[in-house]
Amino acid sequence: MPPRFEMRGVRKAFGATVALAGVDLQVRDGEVCALVGQNGAGKSTLMAILAGVLRPDAGTLLLDGSPYVPRDPLAARRAGVVMIYQELSLAAHLSVMENVMLGVEPARCGIVQRDRMRETSARALAELGHPDIPPDACVGDLQPSAQQLVEIARALAAGCRVLVFDEPTSSLTQADVRTLFALIGRLKRQGIAIVYISHFIEEVKAVSDRFVVLRDGRNAGEGITADTRAEQIVGMMVGRALDDLYPHTERSAGEPILELEGLNPGAATLTLRRGEVLGIAGLLGAGRTRLLRTIFGLEPVRSGRITIAAYSGPGGPRERWRQGVGMLSEDRTSEGIAAGLSIADNITLSCLGPLGPAFTVLPSRQHAAAARWIERLDIRCADSRQPARELSGGNQQKVAVARLLHHDVDLLMLDEPTRGIDVASKAEIYKLIDELVRVAVSGPERPGARTRRKAVLLVSSYLPELLGVCDRIAVMSRGRLGPPRNVSEWNEHSLLMEASGARAAM
Amino acid sequence: MERALVVDGSVGRPRRHVSARWLRDETGVLIGLAIVAVIFGVLIGPQFFRAANLELMARQTVIVCVAALGMTMVIISGGIDLSVGSVVALSTVVTALLLRASVGPAMAALGAVAAGAACGAINGILITQLRVVPFIVTLGTMLLVRGAAKGLADERRIEAPITWLNDLVRTVRDGRGLLLPSAIWIAAALAIAIALTLRYTRFGRHLFAIGSSERTARLCGVRIDWCKFAVYTLSAALAALAGVMEFSKLSVGDPTVAVGLELDVIAAVIIGGGSLLGGRGSVVGTIAGAAIMSVIQIGCSQQGLPNWVQQIVTGTIIVGAVALDRWRTKA
Repeated sequence: MPPRFEMRGVRKAFGATVALAGVDLQVRDGEVCALVGQNGAGKSTLMAILAGVLRPDAGTLLLDGSPYVPRDPLAARRAGVVMIYQELSLAAHLSVMENVMLGVEPARCGIVQRDRMRETSARALAELGHPDIPPDACVGDLQPSAQQLVEIARALAAGCRVLVFDEPTSSLTQADVRTLFALIGRLKRQGIAIVYISHFIEEVKAVSDRFVVLRDGRNAGEGITADTRAEQIVGMMVGRALDDLYPHTERSAGEPILELEGLNPGAATLTLRRGEVLGIAGLLGAGRTRLLRTIFGLEPVRSGRITIAAYSGPGGPRERWRQGVGMLSEDRTSEGIAAGLSIADNITLSCLGPLGPAFTVLPSRQHAAAARWIERLDIRCADSRQPARELSGGNQQKVAVARLLHHDVDLLMLDEPTRGIDVASKAEIYKLIDELVRVAVSGPERPGARTRRKAVLLVSSYLPELLGVCDRIAVMSRGRLGPPRNVSEWNEHSLLMEASGARAAM
Repeated sequence: MERALVVDGSVGRPRRHVSARWLRDETGVLIGLAIVAVIFGVLIGPQFFRAANLELMARQTVIVCVAALGMTMVIISGGIDLSVGSVVALSTVVTALLLRASVGPAMAALGAVAAGAACGAINGILITQLRVVPFIVTLGTMLLVRGAAKGLADERRIEAPITWLNDLVRTVRDGRGLLLPSAIWIAAALAIAIALTLRYTRFGRHLFAIGSSERTARLCGVRIDWCKFAVYTLSAALAALAGVMEFSKLSVGDPTVAVGLELDVIAAVIIGGGSLLGGRGSVVGTIAGAAIMSVIQIGCSQQGLPNWVQQIVTGTIIVGAVALDRWRTKA
C-alpha cells in the first residue's frame, strides 16, 4: 500500500534564498509524523507547498500514489489536504457553523441551506468529542482552544485525508493540550495522515509515532519517536555541539554606560557597563520590549530617570542615536528593516551624515560603506543595491544589526535578535556580540570611529541563548524588572520560575 | 523563473546588472511612452512629430508636470495630496488679485506660491499633529481651499492687467532665443533639482525610508514630522507655481479651474512607477507618465477621435501600467 502522501526531492528558492534544497517526506494513513527543525529549517515552506500555497521549483508530490499538483489552497483542500495554522484562519464575525462550512456551504439554487449546515457542523463537532460547542455561537466569542476545534471540525467536514498541525499548542493551556493530543489520537485511528510541526520536543515525544528532522532546507534525520531520546532529536536539529554556539570570552566591565533609576513603565533600576552583556528574560507580554522602547524614546517615560553615558533625561530615537545608543527591533519585517529599500539604504539610514558634504548623500560612498559590512557580517546578497525584502530572515537581521555597527553605537539594545532566523546566522550573531563587548569591532576602519568596548542589552525569550551569551540576567515579570544577577546564579529552571511569578507566589 | 542559485546547499550570489536595477523603475514607462508615440505617429503621420506639435504637447503637459513633481515626493513618502487642483485655482485667483492691486508680476507670482505653500503647511500640520491620514486631511483641504478661492474671487473670474506673466506658456519668437516657453525651462530646472534632491540628499533618502517603512524610519531617528511637513508644503508650493502657469494660459484668475486636476497629477505619478503604498517613484517616470497622457490627449484630438475615446484609453493605461508593474515586481 502506498503512503497516504509522499514528497520527493522538493526544492524551493525565494530570490537568492534557498528554503528547500531537496526534501523528502512521506506519511502513511493512521500515522502521526512530527516535522521538527529550527526556525528557517524549511518546515513551513514544505507544508505551504503541500497545502498549495506555494509551488515547488522542483520535486514530485504524490497523494495516495497518484500525482498531486495543488494549484491553490482550495484545490488542496478539495483533495483532502488541510492545514491547521498557528494563527487560526477563522472569520471571527461569523458563526461556528458558517466557519465550519466556509467555502463548501450546502446550497440549493445559490441559497444557503442553514439547517444542513447546522447538522453537518454539529456532526463534525460531535465526532471530535465536543458536541458542547453550539453551531450558532459567534467564533470570536469562543476560547482559543474551542476556536481550534472549530478549525479542525472544518477540516473533517471537508473530508480531509491529510491534516497538518503547525505549532498548534502555542495558544493553548496545559489541559487543552492534553485534550488536543487525545483528539489527534482519535483522528489517527480514523485513518487520517497527520503531520505535527512543533519546536517542543516533549510534545513530539508525546504525540508522534515517527519524526522527520529538517535542517537548512534538507532532511537531517528521521526515526521512530519511541526509540529515540530527546537529546538525539535536538542534536539532529542543531547539527553541531551546542557549546560552540555561545562563545563567551573573558570580559571585564568598564565605566557605566546606561543607568536606569526607577524607570516606569518597567520599574527598572540597573546599571550597564561597557564590556558587559546584560540579558532581560521574561515571558511574552512581560513588558520587556516596552522597556527597551521607553529607553529608546519610542514610548513615553512615566517616571524615573535614564542616564546614558554623560546624558541624562528622556529623548527621542534621534537623540539616542546621537548619544551612541542603537536599537534592534523585535519586529524585523515591519520595523527592523525597510523591506523596499536597498541594503545600503537600510544599513546607513540612521547615519547618512558622513556620506557626503552638507545635507547630501553620495550613493557611491553609501554603497562602499554598506559593502564593507556585507563583507564583515557575511550578508548573503547580490550586492548592496538589492532590496532588503529579497533576503532571508537571517540576512535581513544581519542588515539591521549592521546599522548599529555602521552607526558605531556604544550601547546596543537587541530585542529578540535571533527570533526566526537560521541557526548559522544565530551563531554569527552570538559571535559578534561577544566580539563587540570584548574589543572594538575589528571590521572596516572608519576615520574617527570610537574604538572603545560596547555594551549590549539583550532581550530574549530563548533561555539557553541568554544563559550562553550574557554576563548578568534580570528577569521581567508582569511589567516589573527584577534585579540583575550574575549568569552563574541562574539556570533555565530558576529563570522560568522567576518569569512566571512562581517564586513570588511561594 | 528558474534562477540557478543553489551552489551546493549554500546560498549562491546571483550577479545582476547593476545598471538594470537602477533603470528598472523607469524603463517600463519609457517603453510605454515610446509605444504610444509610435502608434499615434503611424496613425497621424510624420507631422505628429513636427517641432511645433511636440512643443504643443510640452505646453499641454507642463502644468500637470510641475504639480506632479511635488506629488512624486508626496507619494514616495507614502502620502497623497488631493488638494492640488484647488491650490492651482487659488493660485490663479491670488495672482490675478495681486496684479489688480498693481503689485509687480514677479511679486504676484511669488505671493501666489506663498499662498499655496501656506495651504501645504496646513496640510502638513494637520497630518503630523492630528495624526489624521493624508487622504482625509487633503480631501478636507481640497474643499476648504476651493471654497477659499471662490470666496476670495467672490465667485467670479478675475480680470487682471496683461504682464509678462501671460507669456509664461507662450513661445515668444522675438529673437530673445528662448526657443521654448519659459514655463518649460522652469519645469525642466525644477525636475532636475527635485530628481537630484531625491537621489542625493538626506531629505530625499529619508522620504524613501518613510514611505517604505515609517516605523523603521522612526526607529532610525528620521525626523518624520519635519519631513512630512516639508513635503506637503513643497508639493502645494509647486502646485501653486503650476497655478501661476495656469493663470498665464487663462490670463484671468478663475476659482473654478482645475477641478479634478489632482487625479491627472496622481495618474502621472502612478503611470510613472510610483506606488501609493509609498517608497517608490521617480521624477523621470512621472514626467514620462504625464507625457503619455498628453500624447494620448493630443493624438486623439488630432486624429479626430472624440473625447470619450481618449478617456477610455487613458483609463486603460492607468490600470494597465499598475497591473504590469505588479506583474513585473512579482516575477
